[in-house]
Amino acid sequence: MYRLRLWSVKNAGLMEKTYQLVERVLVAMAPVFEVIGYDRVEKPVAFIERGIKGALFDCQMCGQCALSSTGMSCPMNCPKEIRNGPCGGVRPDGFCEIKPEMRCVWVEAWDGSQRMKNGDEIKTIQFAVDHRLKGSSSWLSVAREKTEPSATATGSEG
Amino acid sequence: MYEDEPVPGYPLPIREGHTSPGRLERVLREGHFAVTSELAPPDSADPNQVYERAAIFDGYVDAINATDGSGAHCHMSSSSVCALLTRLGYSLIQQISCRDKNRIAIQGDILGGAAMGVANMLCLSGDGVQTGDHPQAKPVFDLDCMSLLEIARTMRDESTFQSGRKLDSPPRVFLGAAANPFVEPYDWRPLRLAKKIVAGAQFIQTQYCYDIDRLKQYMQVARDNGLDEKVFMLVGVGPMASARTANWIRNNVPGVHIPDAVIDRLSGADDQKQEGINLCVDLIQEIREIKGVNGVHIMAYRQEHAVPKIVERSGVLDGRTPWHPKLYKGDASVQQQMDSYE
Repeated sequence: MYRLRLWSVKNAGLMEKTYQLVERVLVAMAPVFEVIGYDRVEKPVAFIERGIKGALFDCQMCGQCALSSTGMSCPMNCPKEIRNGPCGGVRPDGFCEIKPEMRCVWVEAWDGSQRMKNGDEIKTIQFAVDHRLKGSSSWLSVAREKTEPSATATGSEG
Repeated sequence: MYEDEPVPGYPLPIREGHTSPGRLERVLREGHFAVTSELAPPDSADPNQVYERAAIFDGYVDAINATDGSGAHCHMSSSSVCALLTRLGYSLIQQISCRDKNRIAIQGDILGGAAMGVANMLCLSGDGVQTGDHPQAKPVFDLDCMSLLEIARTMRDESTFQSGRKLDSPPRVFLGAAANPFVEPYDWRPLRLAKKIVAGAQFIQTQYCYDIDRLKQYMQVARDNGLDEKVFMLVGVGPMASARTANWIRNNVPGVHIPDAVIDRLSGADDQKQEGINLCVDLIQEIREIKGVNGVHIMAYRQEHAVPKIVERSGVLDGRTPWHPKLYKGDASVQQQMDSYE
């Protein structure tokens, strides 16, 4: 939902704090995931993640969430899927060159980052997306990464 | 002119501290004010059209950009234009856009381009397909300009593909990126430039500059952050054919910022086309004075013939004559080919 997405960016600070809480819970639950098996929890967790992040951020489930580094504005909503924006086509009023009715995802990201404690993360380079992870849960890979650092190679957050 | 100028089709020796065998890198590192321009690839399979379009710039530019489906319109490909022109010894900037190809194709193009003698590559995200003549096409965007820079730099400096697989011989290229200081969010623009430099950008070509004040503010922030020491800045300029064209571009081409003063100046002139050229010359002379600017990139779409005049009148070459194939006297067959495109 576009309006909810804009609201989430306006409240990027709150989203950041909420996510930190979610992350702590996920890490705490890692042993449980371990016992049940990550493969078995993948589907239900991804379903919940899609529902929540889909509503709040129009999350596209790239599987390597960057929201914490992009001012809580999902870069996969950029028509060019630019992970390091904004491109040079931003309209004078801050709207997208390709979808003129939509605010530039990266103008929003810049705004959002200013409202976050770790907003400076927006200055780090996001590497190319690993398309194999599309549809998978970023939350689970974070839980896994933080508890068994060698488990996943891709850095996910958010 | 360098004493070791090439036999067309063969690269120059790579100087110490340089990453490419290119003339553009030499010119910039020697502290000259560089001039680049761009060639509009033809809608044609006739190589002569490419040679003719390149010959317009002979003696006036240090490198020619071969655009890659600019404006998301279909034209002859960038790598093919490079293939044709590097054979004659031209100094090319191969534009690589992320819109039409995935990382497998792009890394292949980087190797192929370097093998043909392309010394400079400009890494771009690319215009959206919706803005072009094939809006029904699939936009690829597997990479963005930043990850493309990163990958190209790794190929060159670490001699590996993104996968980590080793290259036998790395592409010796001078890496460029685009910047647009003239659109929102202004505060963020110099920081994005910093990101591009970290990713691998060694030179920058900007979007059209018609707003000197905005450029000065941008360069001020860039200097405050020491960016001017880390990257060569080539500022984009171009002649406007008329006030009407300027107005149309302002309203229809996202990313091009044209202040009212420019439109007023054009519409007040008797010969608007001539005034567009005068304005371009004036802009170049003002841009040249800005600290941290190392050259201009002249984009004269459909006015390519005006480029030599603009360069000459602006005086930015300081008497230099950039090498071009007609200066080559060593090989009769090349000479013959060049003579046929007079």
